[in-house]
Amino acid sequence: MSFAQLTLHEAGAKLRKRELSSVELTEAVFQRIADTDDKVHAYLTLARDAAMEQARGADKELKGSADHAALLGVPIALKDNFLTKGLRTTCASKILGDFMPPYDATTVDRIRSTGAVIVGKTNLDEFAMGSSAENSAFFPTSNPWNLARIPGGSSGGSAAAVAADLCIAALGTDTGGSIRQPAACCGIVGLKPTYGRVSRYGIIAFASSMDQVGPMTKNVRDSALLLEAVAGRDPADSTSADLAVPRYSAMLTGDIKGLRLGIPKEYFVSGMQREVEQAVRAAIGKLEKNGAIIEEISLPHTEYAVAVYYIVATAEASSNLARYDGMRYGHRAAAKDLIETYMISRDEGFGAEVKRRIMLGTYVLSAGYYDAYYLKAQRVRTLIRKDFDAAFKRCDVIVTPTAPTTAFKLGEKTQDPLEMYLSDIYTISINLAGLPALSVPCGFDSEAMPIGMQIIGKHFDEATILRVAHHYEQSTEWHKRKPKLEIQN
Amino acid sequence: MKLSREEVQRVAVLARLRLTPEEQSSLTEELDRILGYMDKLNQLDTTDVDLFSHTANITNTLREDQVTNRPNADALLANAPDRDGTFFKVPKIIE
Repeated sequence: MSFAQLTLHEAGAKLRKRELSSVELTEAVFQRIADTDDKVHAYLTLARDAAMEQARGADKELKGSADHAALLGVPIALKDNFLTKGLRTTCASKILGDFMPPYDATTVDRIRSTGAVIVGKTNLDEFAMGSSAENSAFFPTSNPWNLARIPGGSSGGSAAAVAADLCIAALGTDTGGSIRQPAACCGIVGLKPTYGRVSRYGIIAFASSMDQVGPMTKNVRDSALLLEAVAGRDPADSTSADLAVPRYSAMLTGDIKGLRLGIPKEYFVSGMQREVEQAVRAAIGKLEKNGAIIEEISLPHTEYAVAVYYIVATAEASSNLARYDGMRYGHRAAAKDLIETYMISRDEGFGAEVKRRIMLGTYVLSAGYYDAYYLKAQRVRTLIRKDFDAAFKRCDVIVTPTAPTTAFKLGEKTQDPLEMYLSDIYTISINLAGLPALSVPCGFDSEAMPIGMQIIGKHFDEATILRVAHHYEQSTEWHKRKPKLEIQN
Repeated sequence: MKLSREEVQRVAVLARLRLTPEEQSSLTEELDRILGYMDKLNQLDTTDVDLFSHTANITNTLREDQVTNRPNADALLANAPDRDGTFFKVPKIIE
């Protein structure tokens, strides 16, 4: 067995007991990348030299004392929309060129200060816009469970890297499902914290009223450990909440007796893969058998969420992406005047999906359409949030599938943007309402592709969803299976 | 078709995006279909519904106005497409 297969919790324990050095662990991860990433294509940029230096530094600290942060010496991967000082950051777009960030994102700074080792930057859909990682301007990433399939998106590179043991754990971002859907596709644990729980300072902005950073890990305990390391108020992000960060990893008691699970009827409808529904219902049955109470609930505005999301998110994206003008950084085309410089630089620099969303967002914000689309969507967004407020009076967590299907084939949905948008149908309401939610593996379909169960919590109640997920995970064997990194037809 | 090709071109200029004739055609078709899907929001009467205001329910986040960063022109200019000493060099803005 390679050390690269260790979980964050296991690796940390071995490092602290000095059974393993960070240099050995980091070398094992880079060896695994050298052996297999030509099949998976999880990474856009590797930081081997800096990583080995960080590993040597961690080993020195580990010799000094026994009381260490959970992440000290542990190799972590970052989605390539986190600014990393001195390490190329592309957001999988040509418009950023070889952008070299002059500062670290707050979350990166926190990861570094724990003494973790940064392996490299993982692939994503350009500007985190997509559900398959196929919108990367560089190359698509493959699903480790079947290389002919998508890893999900937009944090597809981070999900594939965790599933294939190309890192010990990773960070991603989630605006409409971009942590949870790829986690489900790749059979790992992905957590989107509450809006405001984790700083976004230094994360390349997509839709600022929904973007959130979260852990992507091999199991639930690791998710709790990584969330503890990055969560909390940041003076540089005025949307980060000034609330104490619980020790999530100490709250995984295994106790779910009397906990009320809300099951929304609107999430179990035709159009979903039958095996996904069966697996999620079986998981709910198991939780009930173990002491949870099932409450049938209703989230009546669910069917409007995709429409609301693709108005609000594209409106915000069209504003956020106005900064890519070729003046201070990024790609600048040769042109005859200023306006043409903008227009050609942006034409050459942005891919098709990013252009489509900028166009849609500009349209819904433009004079004559603002009321009909943007303001209408913001009112329906209020209704969606009220649905959850009402539901959470009757239950403690809400359980649903993470995605309507398992990972589809590479290329299967690239010609139909609307169909691609509908793969986020179960995840985007949560971003619209600002709630925390995670995806935990709950089975496999007949083609051996992983299935994810989504557990949604109340605002700032990550502790409860982690506790339920941990209980479920520990009563199953799903998380122990490993992908073969082969093509299956 | 609700959306015309001319309208798509008008939005492209607002968004500062050059579109090829092929992109104009495909975007007209795709955006029309997506906007058609969004029309389902009109099934809902939202006359008495408040606008969504803030995802995190945080109000009045204030801090002291203190300088915490140090000037580092070279690091910032390192990514510039074109520079002249400590200045960004850009196309002529005023005719």
